[in-house]
Amino acid sequence: MTASASGKLSFALECSLGGFSLQSSLDLDAEPVALVGPNGCGKTSLLLALLGIHRPTRGRIVLGDEVLFDSATAVRCPTEARRLAYLPQDFGLFPFLTSRENVEFAISCRPDPPARGERRRIAVACLERFAVGHLAARKPRQLSGGECQRVALARTLAAAPRALLFDEPTASLDVGARAEVRALLAASLHELAIPTLIVTHDQGDILALARRVAVMENGRIIACTSLADARRSPANAFAARLLDAPAP
Amino acid sequence: MKTRPPPDPRTLIFHLGMATCAAGFLTLLVLPFAALVLDGGPLAIWRGFQCALTWPALRLSIETTTVSVVLVVLGGTPVAFWLARSKWRSARWLETLLQLPVVIPPAVGGIALLLAFGRRGLFGGLLERMGFSPSFSPVAVVMAQVFVSAPFYLHAAVLAFGRLNPALLTVGRSLGATPPRLFFRVALPLAKPALIGGAAMSWARALGEFGATLMFAGNMTGKTQTLPLAIYAALEVDVRTAQALSLLLVMFAFGLLLALRNLDRQTDGKPQGAVLTP
Repeated sequence: MTASASGKLSFALECSLGGFSLQSSLDLDAEPVALVGPNGCGKTSLLLALLGIHRPTRGRIVLGDEVLFDSATAVRCPTEARRLAYLPQDFGLFPFLTSRENVEFAISCRPDPPARGERRRIAVACLERFAVGHLAARKPRQLSGGECQRVALARTLAAAPRALLFDEPTASLDVGARAEVRALLAASLHELAIPTLIVTHDQGDILALARRVAVMENGRIIACTSLADARRSPANAFAARLLDAPAP
Repeated sequence: MKTRPPPDPRTLIFHLGMATCAAGFLTLLVLPFAALVLDGGPLAIWRGFQCALTWPALRLSIETTTVSVVLVVLGGTPVAFWLARSKWRSARWLETLLQLPVVIPPAVGGIALLLAFGRRGLFGGLLERMGFSPSFSPVAVVMAQVFVSAPFYLHAAVLAFGRLNPALLTVGRSLGATPPRLFFRVALPLAKPALIGGAAMSWARALGEFGATLMFAGNMTGKTQTLPLAIYAALEVDVRTAQALSLLLVMFAFGLLLALRNLDRQTDGKPQGAVLTP
Protein backbone atom coordinates (compact mmCIF):
# COMPACT_ATOMS: atom_id res chain seq x y z
CA MET A 1 0.00 0.00 0.00
CA THR A 2 1.44 3.30 -0.97
CA ALA A 3 0.97 6.21 1.34
CA SER A 4 2.46 9.42 0.16
CA ALA A 5 3.94 11.81 2.67
CA SER A 6 1.37 14.52 3.03
CA GLY A 7 2.04 16.58 6.14
CA LYS A 8 -0.59 18.59 7.89
CA LEU A 9 -4.16 19.26 6.84
CA SER A 10 -5.25 22.71 8.00
CA PHE A 11 -8.45 24.46 7.25
CA ALA A 12 -10.50 27.48 8.23
CA LEU A 13 -13.78 27.67 6.36
CA GLU A 14 -17.05 29.46 6.20
CA CYS A 15 -19.73 27.75 4.21
CA SER A 16 -23.39 28.63 3.98
CA LEU A 17 -25.68 25.78 3.03
CA GLY A 18 -29.30 26.81 2.64
CA GLY A 19 -29.81 28.58 5.94
CA PHE A 20 -27.17 26.58 7.79
CA SER A 21 -23.77 28.12 8.28
CA LEU A 22 -20.58 26.19 8.81
CA GLN A 23 -17.67 28.01 10.41
CA SER A 24 -14.88 25.67 11.34
CA SER A 25 -11.16 25.60 11.58
CA LEU A 26 -8.79 22.85 12.59
CA ASP A 27 -5.17 21.71 12.20
CA LEU A 28 -4.80 18.01 11.64
CA ASP A 29 -1.40 16.41 12.11
CA ALA A 30 -0.66 13.05 10.56
CA GLU A 31 -2.90 11.25 13.02
CA PRO A 32 -6.55 10.29 13.40
CA VAL A 33 -8.95 12.81 14.93
CA ALA A 34 -12.52 11.95 15.88
CA LEU A 35 -15.13 14.55 14.94
CA VAL A 36 -18.12 14.32 17.25
CA GLY A 37 -21.32 16.28 17.64
CA PRO A 38 -25.08 15.86 17.56
CA ASN A 39 -26.91 15.00 14.33
CA GLY A 40 -27.30 18.01 12.06
CA CYS A 41 -24.40 19.97 13.56
CA GLY A 42 -22.56 19.94 10.21
CA LYS A 43 -20.07 17.08 10.45
CA THR A 44 -20.80 15.53 7.05
CA SER A 45 -21.13 19.00 5.50
CA LEU A 46 -17.66 19.78 6.77
CA LEU A 47 -16.28 16.63 5.09
CA LEU A 48 -18.02 17.61 1.82
CA ALA A 49 -16.64 21.15 2.06
CA LEU A 50 -13.12 19.77 2.55
CA LEU A 51 -13.64 17.52 -0.48
CA GLY A 52 -14.75 20.45 -2.62
CA ILE A 53 -18.32 19.19 -3.12
CA HIS A 54 -19.65 22.12 -1.08
CA ARG A 55 -18.04 25.39 -2.00
CA PRO A 56 -16.96 27.49 1.01
CA THR A 57 -17.88 31.16 0.86
CA ARG A 58 -14.64 32.07 2.58
CA GLY A 59 -11.59 30.35 3.89
CA ARG A 60 -8.54 28.28 3.15
CA ILE A 61 -7.65 24.60 3.02
CA VAL A 62 -4.01 23.61 3.03
CA LEU A 63 -2.58 20.10 2.77
CA GLY A 64 1.16 19.89 3.41
CA ASP A 65 2.53 22.76 1.35
CA GLU A 66 -0.26 22.69 -1.23
CA VAL A 67 -3.16 25.12 -1.08
CA LEU A 68 -6.34 23.19 -1.99
CA PHE A 69 -8.68 26.11 -1.54
CA ASP A 70 -8.19 29.78 -0.86
CA SER A 71 -11.00 32.26 -1.32
CA ALA A 72 -8.57 35.20 -1.10
CA THR A 73 -6.53 34.10 -4.12
CA ALA A 74 -9.37 32.23 -5.89
CA VAL A 75 -7.57 28.90 -5.69
CA ARG A 76 -9.93 25.95 -5.98
CA CYS A 77 -8.38 22.58 -6.54
CA PRO A 78 -10.95 20.14 -8.06
CA THR A 79 -12.13 17.28 -5.85
CA GLU A 80 -10.36 14.61 -7.88
CA ALA A 81 -6.99 16.39 -7.57
CA ARG A 82 -7.19 16.87 -3.77
CA ARG A 83 -6.72 13.18 -3.06
CA LEU A 84 -8.62 13.32 0.19
CA ALA A 85 -10.20 9.87 0.20
CA TYR A 86 -13.78 9.85 1.43
CA LEU A 87 -15.50 6.81 2.90
CA PRO A 88 -19.24 7.28 3.41
CA GLN A 89 -21.30 5.45 5.99
CA ASP A 90 -22.80 2.96 3.51
CA PHE A 91 -19.32 2.06 2.13
CA GLY A 92 -19.82 3.65 -1.31
CA LEU A 93 -18.82 0.52 -3.24
CA PHE A 94 -19.76 0.52 -6.92
CA PRO A 95 -22.47 -2.17 -7.16
CA PHE A 96 -21.68 -3.10 -10.76
CA LEU A 97 -18.04 -3.94 -10.06
CA THR A 98 -16.52 -6.89 -8.20
CA SER A 99 -14.41 -6.30 -5.09
CA ARG A 100 -11.24 -6.52 -7.15
CA GLU A 101 -12.56 -4.16 -9.82
CA ASN A 102 -13.62 -1.70 -7.13
CA VAL A 103 -10.05 -1.63 -5.83
CA GLU A 104 -8.63 -1.51 -9.37
CA PHE A 105 -10.78 1.54 -10.02
CA ALA A 106 -9.01 3.37 -7.18
CA ILE A 107 -5.59 2.21 -8.37
CA SER A 108 -6.25 3.42 -11.92
CA CYS A 109 -7.21 6.84 -10.49
CA ARG A 110 -3.79 7.36 -8.91
CA PRO A 111 -1.79 10.25 -10.35
CA ASP A 112 0.84 7.75 -11.59
CA PRO A 113 -1.21 4.61 -12.22
CA PRO A 114 0.76 1.38 -12.57
CA ALA A 115 0.59 -0.64 -15.81
CA ARG A 116 -2.73 -2.33 -16.51
CA GLY A 117 -1.47 -5.85 -15.77
CA GLU A 118 0.09 -4.72 -12.53
CA ARG A 119 -3.14 -3.17 -11.22
CA ARG A 120 -4.85 -6.50 -10.85
CA ARG A 121 -2.01 -7.91 -8.75
CA ILE A 122 -1.92 -4.82 -6.53
CA ALA A 123 -5.70 -4.89 -6.11
CA VAL A 124 -5.67 -8.49 -4.93
CA ALA A 125 -2.80 -7.69 -2.55
CA CYS A 126 -4.82 -4.77 -1.12
CA LEU A 127 -7.83 -7.02 -0.58
CA GLU A 128 -5.66 -9.66 1.09
CA ARG A 129 -4.36 -7.09 3.57
CA PHE A 130 -7.93 -6.68 4.76
CA ALA A 131 -8.51 -10.45 4.75
CA VAL A 132 -10.98 -10.32 1.84
CA GLY A 133 -8.71 -11.62 -0.93
CA HIS A 134 -10.99 -14.66 -1.32
CA LEU A 135 -13.93 -12.33 -2.11
CA ALA A 136 -12.17 -10.64 -5.06
CA ALA A 137 -14.66 -11.96 -7.63
CA ARG A 138 -17.81 -11.11 -5.63
CA LYS A 139 -20.00 -8.09 -6.13
CA PRO A 140 -20.97 -5.90 -3.15
CA ARG A 141 -24.49 -7.32 -2.92
CA GLN A 142 -22.98 -10.76 -2.31
CA LEU A 143 -20.99 -9.50 0.69
CA SER A 144 -21.89 -8.95 4.34
CA GLY A 145 -21.64 -5.48 5.86
CA GLY A 146 -18.29 -6.24 7.47
CA GLU A 147 -16.91 -7.64 4.21
CA CYS A 148 -18.15 -4.59 2.30
CA GLN A 149 -16.41 -2.29 4.75
CA ARG A 150 -13.14 -4.22 4.40
CA VAL A 151 -13.32 -3.98 0.61
CA ALA A 152 -14.16 -0.29 0.89
CA LEU A 153 -11.18 0.28 3.19
CA ALA A 154 -8.90 -1.62 0.82
CA ARG A 155 -10.16 0.55 -2.02
CA THR A 156 -9.79 3.79 -0.08
CA LEU A 157 -6.19 3.08 0.80
CA ALA A 158 -5.41 1.74 -2.70
CA ALA A 159 -6.02 5.24 -4.09
CA ALA A 160 -2.87 6.40 -2.26
CA PRO A 161 -4.71 9.24 -0.51
CA ARG A 162 -2.97 12.12 1.22
CA ALA A 163 -5.64 12.38 3.91
CA LEU A 164 -8.68 10.36 4.93
CA LEU A 165 -12.22 11.48 5.65
CA PHE A 166 -14.38 8.77 7.23
CA ASP A 167 -18.09 9.22 7.84
CA GLU A 168 -19.18 6.84 10.61
CA PRO A 169 -16.99 3.94 9.46
CA THR A 170 -18.54 1.32 11.73
CA ALA A 171 -22.13 2.56 12.07
CA SER A 172 -23.63 0.16 9.50
CA LEU A 173 -21.97 -2.93 10.96
CA ASP A 174 -23.18 -5.48 13.49
CA VAL A 175 -21.37 -5.71 16.82
CA GLY A 176 -19.03 -8.52 15.79
CA ALA A 177 -18.00 -6.99 12.48
CA ARG A 178 -17.61 -3.61 14.16
CA ALA A 179 -14.87 -4.85 16.48
CA GLU A 180 -13.00 -6.61 13.66
CA VAL A 181 -13.17 -3.68 11.26
CA ARG A 182 -12.18 -1.31 14.03
CA ALA A 183 -9.06 -3.36 14.82
CA LEU A 184 -8.06 -3.52 11.14
CA LEU A 185 -8.70 0.18 10.73
CA ALA A 186 -6.68 1.06 13.83
CA ALA A 187 -3.69 -0.92 12.54
CA SER A 188 -3.92 0.65 9.06
CA LEU A 189 -4.25 4.18 10.36
CA HIS A 190 -1.28 3.68 12.64
CA GLU A 191 0.81 2.44 9.73
CA LEU A 192 -0.34 5.09 7.24
CA ALA A 193 0.07 8.05 9.56
CA ILE A 194 -1.73 10.64 7.43
CA PRO A 195 -4.24 13.29 8.53
CA THR A 196 -7.52 11.51 9.20
CA LEU A 197 -10.87 12.89 10.24
CA ILE A 198 -13.35 10.33 11.54
CA VAL A 199 -16.96 11.39 12.02
CA THR A 200 -18.43 9.07 14.63
CA HIS A 201 -21.14 8.62 17.23
CA ASP A 202 -19.46 5.58 18.72
CA GLN A 203 -17.37 5.67 21.85
CA GLY A 204 -15.64 2.45 20.77
CA ASP A 205 -14.47 4.10 17.54
CA ILE A 206 -13.12 7.09 19.42
CA LEU A 207 -11.22 5.02 21.96
CA ALA A 208 -9.81 2.58 19.41
CA LEU A 209 -9.02 4.91 16.53
CA ALA A 210 -8.60 8.53 17.56
CA ARG A 211 -5.71 10.35 19.18
CA ARG A 212 -7.63 13.58 19.48
CA VAL A 213 -11.29 14.54 19.69
CA ALA A 214 -12.81 17.55 17.92
CA VAL A 215 -16.22 18.59 19.21
CA MET A 216 -18.66 20.29 16.88
CA GLU A 217 -21.69 22.34 17.80
CA ASN A 218 -23.93 24.27 15.37
CA GLY A 219 -21.41 24.24 12.54
CA ARG A 220 -18.43 25.24 14.68
CA ILE A 221 -15.62 23.18 16.10
CA ILE A 222 -15.62 24.34 19.71
CA ALA A 223 -12.72 22.24 20.98
CA CYS A 224 -10.04 19.88 19.78
CA THR A 225 -8.11 18.18 22.54
CA SER A 226 -6.29 14.95 23.24
CA LEU A 227 -8.46 11.95 24.03
CA ALA A 228 -7.38 12.05 27.67
CA ASP A 229 -8.23 15.75 28.02
CA ALA A 230 -11.54 15.25 26.23
CA ARG A 231 -12.48 12.64 28.82
CA ARG A 232 -11.21 14.66 31.76
CA SER A 233 -12.92 17.91 30.82
CA PRO A 234 -15.38 17.44 27.92
CA ALA A 235 -16.22 20.52 25.85
CA ASN A 236 -19.98 20.17 26.16
CA ALA A 237 -22.72 17.94 27.51
CA PHE A 238 -22.87 15.93 24.26
CA ALA A 239 -19.17 15.07 24.40
CA ALA A 240 -19.52 14.21 28.08
CA ARG A 241 -22.31 11.73 27.37
CA LEU A 242 -20.48 10.24 24.39
CA LEU A 243 -17.28 9.70 26.39
CA ASP A 244 -18.93 8.71 29.71
CA ALA A 245 -17.23 11.70 31.30
CA PRO A 246 -18.52 14.03 34.00
CA ALA A 247 -20.63 16.82 32.52
CA PRO A 248 -18.83 20.15 32.19
CA MET B 1 -68.27 -25.93 14.84
CA LYS B 2 -68.15 -22.34 13.67
CA THR B 3 -70.66 -21.19 11.12
CA ARG B 4 -69.50 -18.70 8.51
CA PRO B 5 -71.02 -15.29 9.05
CA PRO B 6 -73.43 -14.25 6.28
CA PRO B 7 -71.68 -12.12 3.61
CA ASP B 8 -72.03 -8.41 4.08
CA PRO B 9 -74.25 -7.10 1.24
CA ARG B 10 -72.04 -4.04 0.83
CA THR B 11 -69.00 -6.26 0.28
CA LEU B 12 -70.93 -8.28 -2.31
CA ILE B 13 -71.97 -5.15 -4.18
CA PHE B 14 -68.39 -3.88 -4.04
CA HIS B 15 -66.98 -7.06 -5.58
CA LEU B 16 -69.72 -7.18 -8.21
CA GLY B 17 -69.13 -3.55 -9.18
CA MET B 18 -65.37 -4.04 -9.43
CA ALA B 19 -65.79 -7.18 -11.57
CA THR B 20 -68.22 -5.45 -13.95
CA CYS B 21 -65.88 -2.50 -14.47
CA ALA B 22 -62.90 -4.80 -15.02
CA ALA B 23 -64.78 -6.99 -17.50
CA GLY B 24 -65.85 -4.06 -19.68
CA PHE B 25 -62.40 -2.57 -19.55
CA LEU B 26 -60.59 -5.80 -20.40
CA THR B 27 -62.98 -6.53 -23.28
CA LEU B 28 -62.05 -3.25 -24.90
CA LEU B 29 -58.31 -3.77 -24.35
CA VAL B 30 -57.89 -7.46 -25.11
CA LEU B 31 -60.49 -8.31 -27.78
CA PRO B 32 -58.87 -6.20 -30.54
CA PHE B 33 -55.64 -8.19 -30.17
CA ALA B 34 -57.59 -11.43 -30.35
CA ALA B 35 -59.33 -10.23 -33.51
CA LEU B 36 -56.00 -9.20 -35.03
CA VAL B 37 -54.67 -12.74 -34.56
CA LEU B 38 -57.82 -14.76 -35.26
CA ASP B 39 -59.92 -12.91 -37.82
CA GLY B 40 -59.80 -14.32 -41.35
CA GLY B 41 -57.66 -17.33 -40.42
CA PRO B 42 -53.91 -17.92 -40.90
CA LEU B 43 -54.08 -18.55 -44.65
CA ALA B 44 -55.64 -15.18 -45.45
CA ILE B 45 -53.10 -13.45 -43.24
CA TRP B 46 -50.24 -15.31 -44.91
CA ARG B 47 -51.51 -14.14 -48.29
CA GLY B 48 -51.64 -10.63 -46.87
CA PHE B 49 -47.93 -10.83 -46.01
CA GLN B 50 -47.12 -11.45 -49.67
CA CYS B 51 -48.34 -8.02 -50.69
CA ALA B 52 -45.76 -5.94 -52.57
CA LEU B 53 -45.83 -3.26 -49.88
CA THR B 54 -44.65 -5.52 -47.06
CA TRP B 55 -40.95 -6.06 -47.55
CA PRO B 56 -39.86 -2.56 -48.61
CA ALA B 57 -41.81 -1.13 -45.66
CA LEU B 58 -40.38 -3.66 -43.19
CA ARG B 59 -36.86 -3.00 -44.40
CA LEU B 60 -37.26 0.77 -44.28
CA SER B 61 -38.76 0.58 -40.79
CA ILE B 62 -35.90 -1.50 -39.43
CA GLU B 63 -33.24 0.69 -41.04
CA THR B 64 -34.71 4.06 -40.07
CA THR B 65 -35.64 3.10 -36.49
CA THR B 66 -32.14 1.69 -35.92
CA VAL B 67 -30.56 4.94 -37.08
CA SER B 68 -33.09 6.92 -35.04
CA VAL B 69 -32.46 5.11 -31.78
CA VAL B 70 -28.69 5.44 -32.20
CA LEU B 71 -29.09 9.19 -32.78
CA VAL B 72 -31.45 9.50 -29.79
CA VAL B 73 -29.00 7.73 -27.46
CA LEU B 74 -25.92 9.59 -28.73
CA GLY B 75 -27.60 12.98 -28.50
CA GLY B 76 -29.92 12.30 -25.59
CA THR B 77 -27.42 10.90 -23.10
CA PRO B 78 -25.31 14.07 -22.68
CA VAL B 79 -28.42 16.25 -22.66
CA ALA B 80 -30.08 14.07 -20.00
CA PHE B 81 -26.91 14.01 -17.87
CA TRP B 82 -26.73 17.78 -17.98
CA LEU B 83 -30.47 18.21 -17.29
CA ALA B 84 -30.32 15.82 -14.33
CA ARG B 85 -27.42 17.60 -12.68
CA SER B 86 -28.27 21.18 -13.54
CA LYS B 87 -29.80 23.33 -10.85
CA TRP B 88 -30.74 26.12 -13.28
CA ARG B 89 -34.37 27.03 -13.68
CA SER B 90 -33.87 27.12 -17.45
CA ALA B 91 -32.96 23.43 -17.37
CA ARG B 92 -36.42 22.62 -15.96
CA TRP B 93 -38.01 24.66 -18.76
CA LEU B 94 -35.96 22.87 -21.39
CA GLU B 95 -36.88 19.51 -19.83
CA THR B 96 -40.57 20.36 -20.15
CA LEU B 97 -40.15 21.57 -23.72
CA LEU B 98 -38.36 18.35 -24.67
CA GLN B 99 -41.27 16.31 -23.26
CA LEU B 100 -43.75 18.19 -25.45
CA PRO B 101 -43.70 15.71 -28.39
CA VAL B 102 -45.21 13.07 -26.06
CA VAL B 103 -48.40 15.04 -25.55
CA ILE B 104 -48.83 16.90 -28.84
CA PRO B 105 -50.48 15.05 -31.74
CA PRO B 106 -47.75 13.64 -34.02
CA ALA B 107 -49.30 15.52 -36.94
CA VAL B 108 -48.44 18.76 -35.16
CA GLY B 109 -44.85 17.53 -34.91
CA GLY B 110 -44.92 16.86 -38.65
CA ILE B 111 -46.15 20.38 -39.41
CA ALA B 112 -43.48 21.83 -37.10
CA LEU B 113 -40.76 19.83 -38.84
CA LEU B 114 -42.07 20.88 -42.24
CA LEU B 115 -42.11 24.55 -41.23
CA ALA B 116 -38.57 24.27 -39.87
CA PHE B 117 -36.79 22.02 -42.36
CA GLY B 118 -39.22 21.78 -45.30
CA ARG B 119 -38.25 23.25 -48.66
CA ARG B 120 -40.04 26.51 -47.85
CA GLY B 121 -39.40 26.25 -44.12
CA LEU B 122 -37.44 28.49 -41.82
CA PHE B 123 -34.13 26.65 -42.33
CA GLY B 124 -35.15 24.81 -45.51
CA GLY B 125 -33.67 27.45 -47.81
CA LEU B 126 -30.39 27.39 -45.96
CA LEU B 127 -30.27 23.58 -46.09
CA GLU B 128 -31.13 23.60 -49.79
CA ARG B 129 -28.32 26.04 -50.58
CA MET B 130 -26.02 23.58 -48.80
CA GLY B 131 -27.30 20.95 -51.23
CA PHE B 132 -29.46 19.15 -48.70
CA SER B 133 -33.22 18.90 -48.70
CA PRO B 134 -34.45 16.43 -46.13
CA SER B 135 -38.22 16.59 -46.62
CA PHE B 136 -39.88 13.62 -48.40
CA SER B 137 -36.75 11.46 -48.12
CA PRO B 138 -35.64 8.65 -45.77
CA VAL B 139 -33.70 11.33 -43.86
CA ALA B 140 -37.04 12.99 -43.12
CA VAL B 141 -38.37 9.67 -41.82
CA VAL B 142 -35.47 9.49 -39.38
CA MET B 143 -35.91 13.14 -38.35
CA ALA B 144 -39.60 12.58 -37.63
CA GLN B 145 -38.85 9.44 -35.64
CA VAL B 146 -36.14 11.14 -33.58
CA PHE B 147 -38.47 14.07 -32.91
CA VAL B 148 -41.30 11.98 -31.53
CA SER B 149 -39.29 9.21 -29.83
CA ALA B 150 -36.49 11.18 -28.13
CA PRO B 151 -38.65 12.27 -25.15
CA PHE B 152 -39.12 8.65 -24.07
CA TYR B 153 -35.37 8.11 -23.82
CA LEU B 154 -34.73 11.55 -22.34
CA HIS B 155 -37.31 11.05 -19.62
CA ALA B 156 -35.86 7.69 -18.58
CA ALA B 157 -32.29 8.99 -18.75
CA VAL B 158 -32.94 12.19 -16.77
CA LEU B 159 -34.67 10.13 -14.07
CA ALA B 160 -31.84 7.60 -14.01
CA PHE B 161 -29.07 10.20 -13.79
CA GLY B 162 -31.06 12.18 -11.24
CA ARG B 163 -31.41 9.16 -8.98
CA LEU B 164 -27.71 8.30 -8.94
CA ASN B 165 -26.51 7.98 -5.37
CA PRO B 166 -24.55 11.22 -4.82
CA ALA B 167 -22.30 9.46 -2.29
CA LEU B 168 -21.04 7.11 -5.03
CA LEU B 169 -20.15 10.04 -7.27
CA THR B 170 -18.43 11.82 -4.38
CA VAL B 171 -16.47 8.68 -3.54
CA GLY B 172 -15.44 8.31 -7.18
CA ARG B 173 -14.16 11.86 -7.33
CA SER B 174 -12.46 11.65 -3.95
CA LEU B 175 -10.58 8.57 -5.17
CA GLY B 176 -9.26 10.72 -8.01
CA ALA B 177 -11.64 10.00 -10.91
CA THR B 178 -11.67 12.85 -13.43
CA PRO B 179 -15.09 13.99 -14.80
CA PRO B 180 -14.86 11.85 -17.99
CA ARG B 181 -13.83 8.79 -16.00
CA LEU B 182 -16.62 9.45 -13.51
CA PHE B 183 -19.14 9.68 -16.34
CA PHE B 184 -18.05 6.61 -18.30
CA ARG B 185 -16.96 4.35 -15.44
CA VAL B 186 -19.46 5.28 -12.70
CA ALA B 187 -22.49 7.24 -13.89
CA LEU B 188 -23.13 5.33 -17.13
CA PRO B 189 -22.83 1.83 -15.63
CA LEU B 190 -25.09 2.84 -12.71
CA ALA B 191 -27.72 4.25 -15.07
CA LYS B 192 -27.32 1.55 -17.72
CA PRO B 193 -30.44 -0.57 -17.02
CA ALA B 194 -32.70 2.48 -17.11
CA LEU B 195 -30.95 3.82 -20.22
CA ILE B 196 -31.48 0.52 -22.06
CA GLY B 197 -35.13 0.54 -21.02
CA GLY B 198 -35.55 4.12 -22.20
CA ALA B 199 -33.85 3.35 -25.53
CA ALA B 200 -36.17 0.38 -26.04
CA MET B 201 -39.28 2.47 -25.38
CA SER B 202 -37.92 5.12 -27.70
CA TRP B 203 -37.32 2.50 -30.39
CA ALA B 204 -40.85 1.17 -30.01
CA ARG B 205 -42.25 4.67 -30.38
CA ALA B 206 -40.13 5.26 -33.49
CA LEU B 207 -41.36 1.97 -34.97
CA GLY B 208 -44.97 3.02 -34.52
CA GLU B 209 -44.47 6.59 -35.72
CA PHE B 210 -47.12 7.62 -38.27
CA GLY B 211 -48.42 11.18 -38.18
CA ALA B 212 -45.23 13.20 -38.26
CA THR B 213 -43.73 10.89 -40.88
CA LEU B 214 -46.78 11.24 -43.14
CA MET B 215 -46.65 15.05 -42.90
CA PHE B 216 -42.92 15.54 -43.21
CA ALA B 217 -41.72 12.54 -45.22
CA GLY B 218 -44.77 11.52 -47.20
CA ASN B 219 -45.92 8.01 -48.06
CA MET B 220 -43.74 6.77 -50.90
CA THR B 221 -43.26 3.02 -51.24
CA GLY B 222 -39.63 2.01 -50.78
CA LYS B 223 -38.57 5.56 -49.96
CA THR B 224 -40.52 6.90 -47.01
CA GLN B 225 -43.24 4.29 -46.47
CA THR B 226 -42.57 2.66 -43.12
CA LEU B 227 -44.71 -0.17 -41.71
CA PRO B 228 -47.39 2.05 -40.11
CA LEU B 229 -47.73 4.01 -43.36
CA ALA B 230 -47.88 0.77 -45.34
CA ILE B 231 -50.74 -0.40 -43.07
CA TYR B 232 -52.58 2.80 -43.87
CA ALA B 233 -51.97 2.35 -47.60
CA ALA B 234 -52.90 -1.34 -47.53
CA LEU B 235 -56.19 -0.70 -45.74
CA GLU B 236 -57.44 1.04 -48.89
CA VAL B 237 -56.66 -2.05 -50.99
CA ASP B 238 -56.86 -5.17 -48.85
CA VAL B 239 -57.75 -5.42 -45.18
CA ARG B 240 -55.82 -8.73 -44.81
CA THR B 241 -52.57 -7.07 -45.85
CA ALA B 242 -53.18 -4.34 -43.30
CA GLN B 243 -53.92 -7.04 -40.73
CA ALA B 244 -50.75 -8.99 -41.57
CA LEU B 245 -48.57 -5.89 -41.28
CA SER B 246 -50.27 -4.96 -38.01
CA LEU B 247 -49.55 -8.42 -36.63
CA LEU B 248 -45.91 -7.94 -37.52
CA LEU B 249 -45.76 -4.71 -35.51
CA VAL B 250 -47.60 -6.29 -32.57
CA MET B 251 -45.12 -9.17 -32.48
CA PHE B 252 -42.20 -6.74 -32.49
CA ALA B 253 -43.72 -4.72 -29.66
CA PHE B 254 -44.63 -7.79 -27.63
CA GLY B 255 -41.12 -9.20 -27.91
CA LEU B 256 -39.73 -5.86 -26.83
CA LEU B 257 -41.91 -5.72 -23.71
CA LEU B 258 -40.93 -9.28 -22.77
CA ALA B 259 -37.25 -8.41 -23.16
CA LEU B 260 -37.73 -5.32 -20.99
CA ARG B 261 -39.39 -7.31 -18.23
CA ASN B 262 -36.45 -9.70 -18.27
CA LEU B 263 -34.07 -6.78 -18.07
CA ASP B 264 -35.99 -5.41 -15.10
CA ARG B 265 -35.59 -8.68 -13.30
CA GLN B 266 -31.87 -8.93 -14.03
CA THR B 267 -30.94 -5.59 -12.53
CA ASP B 268 -29.85 -6.80 -9.10
CA GLY B 269 -33.43 -7.24 -7.94
CA LYS B 270 -33.74 -3.53 -7.37
CA PRO B 271 -36.76 -1.80 -8.86
CA GLN B 272 -35.80 0.23 -11.90
CA GLY B 273 -38.84 2.45 -12.02
CA ALA B 274 -37.49 4.44 -14.92
CA VAL B 275 -37.57 1.55 -17.35
CA LEU B 276 -41.22 1.41 -18.30
CA THR B 277 -42.49 4.88 -17.51
CA PRO B 278 -42.67 6.98 -20.66
